[in-house]
Amino acid sequence: MKTLIFSTAALSLVGMLGFGLQGAWSDDDNMRARSTGVAPVTDPLYQEECGSCHFAYPPGLLPAASWQRMMIGLDDHFGDNAELDSQTLQRLNNYLAANAADSSKYRRSRAIMGSLQYTSTPPLRITETPYFSHEHREIPKRIINLPEVGSLSQCNACHQYAEKGSFSEDEIWIKGIGRWDD
Amino acid sequence: MRRMLPMIVMTIITATPVAAISNTADDKISFSAQRGKELWNEQFTVSGQPRSCATCHTADPRQPGKHARTRKLIKPMAPSVNPDRLIDQSKMDKWFKRNCKWTLGRVCTEQEKGDVLEYLKSF
Repeated sequence: MKTLIFSTAALSLVGMLGFGLQGAWSDDDNMRARSTGVAPVTDPLYQEECGSCHFAYPPGLLPAASWQRMMIGLDDHFGDNAELDSQTLQRLNNYLAANAADSSKYRRSRAIMGSLQYTSTPPLRITETPYFSHEHREIPKRIINLPEVGSLSQCNACHQYAEKGSFSEDEIWIKGIGRWDD
Repeated sequence: MRRMLPMIVMTIITATPVAAISNTADDKISFSAQRGKELWNEQFTVSGQPRSCATCHTADPRQPGKHARTRKLIKPMAPSVNPDRLIDQSKMDKWFKRNCKWTLGRVCTEQEKGDVLEYLKSF
């Protein structure tokens, strides 16, 4: 038993050393990929244009093909008209293409891409990705139906640091409920 | 003079859009806040749903509204309580286009847009 504890400790020490070394060598993106979920939105135009009606979903939550599909149908954007002038559209398309899940190193973007490997059609909704469904499978309807929540599309109704691209379970805070742990 | 300044600023802010709109429309067109109010509250049926400007913006443009689907807060539309409104022509064009199509199922006429602007400025 003693040997086991000792070797576990030794192993984790080696692990920590390895982590530190790798951390020192890798670039900033790689470092952040460990601690946070998705690259936060950095483009003020994207924030303004997409964020005036709903939470500005970080591009790293869907692959480029999904964003492409979505942006050609903005006149019927989930039942709303969200048409843009061609110049704005082009700029947003470039931002989405460069920051989509398939070109991101962030942990949750990788997980979303991994969960989509057997899906042929790029999903239009983040909530349709298998990774998302899996992560939210234990949330009861009564929580989703709360007036402050309403649907699973309202990331920031529960994830208080969603705007920073952080979706950790221990950061969940629901109005009227408080901390949530499933 | 110091007391006058806000009034002058407000006048400039609220006068801009009408000037901009009347440049593109028939010069003889005249706008009415009363007609704007009626349009604001008129109910249209689009995609089987009853819709009006008030659906999201409430019947009182001085009040904050809420996006019908996403529930996101919409700041008041009346420039008297929200001075950021009606100062950016391209923003106004964008939202008139989108919201007229959603609410009325078509784009609005210059007359309708001008009337609504008069209504919003009447508060």
